[in-house]
Amino acid sequence: MTAPSDMIELRNVSKTYRTKRGGDVVALQNVSVNMEDGEFITVVGPSGCGKSTLLNMLAGLLTPSSGEILLQGTPVKGPRRDVGIVFQSPVLLPWRTVFQNTMLPVQVQHRERKVYANRAHQLIDLVGLGGFADKYPFELSGGMQQRAAIVRALVHDPAILLMDEPFGALDAMTREQMNVELLRIWRDSRKTVVFITHSIPEAVFLADRCLVFCPRPGRLVDIVDVELPRPRDLPVMNTPEFGRYVQRIRSAFIENEEAPSEGALVSNL
Amino acid sequence: MAVGTRGEGSQQALDPHVLPVARSRGYPAPGRILTWLYTPIALVVGIAVWQLAISIFNVPNYLVPTPGHVWDALRDGISSGVLVHHTIVTAREIVVGYATGSAVGIALGFLIAQYRVAERMIYPYVIALNAVPKVAIAPLLVVWFGVGLTSKVIIAATVSFFPLLVNVIVGLRSTDSDQLRLMRSLTASGWQTFYMVKIRNALPMVFAGLEVAIVLSVVGVIVGEFVAAQEGLGYYISEMNALVNTPGMFAALLILSVMGFVMSQIVKLVARKVVFWKQMDDIVEGP
Repeated sequence: MTAPSDMIELRNVSKTYRTKRGGDVVALQNVSVNMEDGEFITVVGPSGCGKSTLLNMLAGLLTPSSGEILLQGTPVKGPRRDVGIVFQSPVLLPWRTVFQNTMLPVQVQHRERKVYANRAHQLIDLVGLGGFADKYPFELSGGMQQRAAIVRALVHDPAILLMDEPFGALDAMTREQMNVELLRIWRDSRKTVVFITHSIPEAVFLADRCLVFCPRPGRLVDIVDVELPRPRDLPVMNTPEFGRYVQRIRSAFIENEEAPSEGALVSNL
Repeated sequence: MAVGTRGEGSQQALDPHVLPVARSRGYPAPGRILTWLYTPIALVVGIAVWQLAISIFNVPNYLVPTPGHVWDALRDGISSGVLVHHTIVTAREIVVGYATGSAVGIALGFLIAQYRVAERMIYPYVIALNAVPKVAIAPLLVVWFGVGLTSKVIIAATVSFFPLLVNVIVGLRSTDSDQLRLMRSLTASGWQTFYMVKIRNALPMVFAGLEVAIVLSVVGVIVGEFVAAQEGLGYYISEMNALVNTPGMFAALLILSVMGFVMSQIVKLVARKVVFWKQMDDIVEGP
């Protein structure tokens, strides 16, 4: 199982926060999971289940309290160049055009501008922002801004793409459309994707495998292999198989709802 | 519904990110011309009321002059070159003092925002000094630096220093936490984060400070000239005052107002160009 070909490997990862009053809050308890190269992993769970904590640790923005995270075989010790992140909000720099925003990682990491400028333009076309490269963020809709953020996360060709509820702020229709497009982008770029969401249908629709997390303490309660055929389009959400996957995840939440383990404090982390 | 001919409303519905207020209101052309005329009409009416009130109530000229008298004083002052000379002197004092004070304020604000040592050593005293009413030390500054340009420049610099200092500190410290997290996730160095994100984020606050400071600079210079001077509009006003030449005072006040207005408009214009991504009206307004 622990073959070196694993793109991401979590070994007994836990994260405990210390509150101001001196108590400990277990945000994530003992998570072990391996993710293969090119796999689309979704992480689904309600607020407080530690899914954002997990992503921040994968991104190197937080360190685990115990356990170890390996990306491409090397332990995560801080933010890395082989990771691209899409946050909940687009976080575009308002004084930069779409193109300049997407080139931010290239500039920060002193990569060769010419090579990556081409790539940026290709990606901008790929996400459907062709013709908007020289627009400023405030001239774009929320969905378009998040597309630009996706390009920025992909521009330096990272092996791993981390997405933290990237479409949560969009309206339902735009969100579904973005999901379809994300699958298309993923098919073309073949990244390992870790996608955080609190929407069960979204988690099923996108995933090769879906990690189900429950809160208090945040823990991994189920791993669902989603074997719906690809390429997927929105009608797949009306099939009985899709419904069964959704039901399985939902029941995992219900079963684990009333099982707070000892020592875990209630918190809004 | 007809689309295409002046149908502003129809397109807004498609693009919710174009704010309706940013567009024309769709008034027919004659109405819009009338709207533009409101302001000059009000001016004309105001002047007429002024003139009428003085003739009706028989107000003596040395109390409130008529618009005509002010105009005469203005014209004479300009054609003789006297007012032109005083205007140039005052404008130079304002601009030099403003630029100096702002530059020092920005530099010191940067140091305090970036270095804890500087914050601990300088900031408490700066705050304490800010409590001193600046115009009250004008006489002292005149004693120290003479009745010429230097004392006025220093007064203007002193008053424009504080808004810049405070706003630079606040601006540099109020960087959006999401942007900081983004930079960190990209493995950006502290310096990269500073010049790519923090400085830009501080600019709206810096310009808000610059707008406040220009107004204060005008006040500072005039106060300095009141205290002791041999030239400048403030000097001219107090001289006219001594001569009970009220129309002359009005003429100087008029020039001063126009000058202050033009200067603050220039700052606003530059701000709008530089901080193009933000509406300056959203930012804290000055006192």
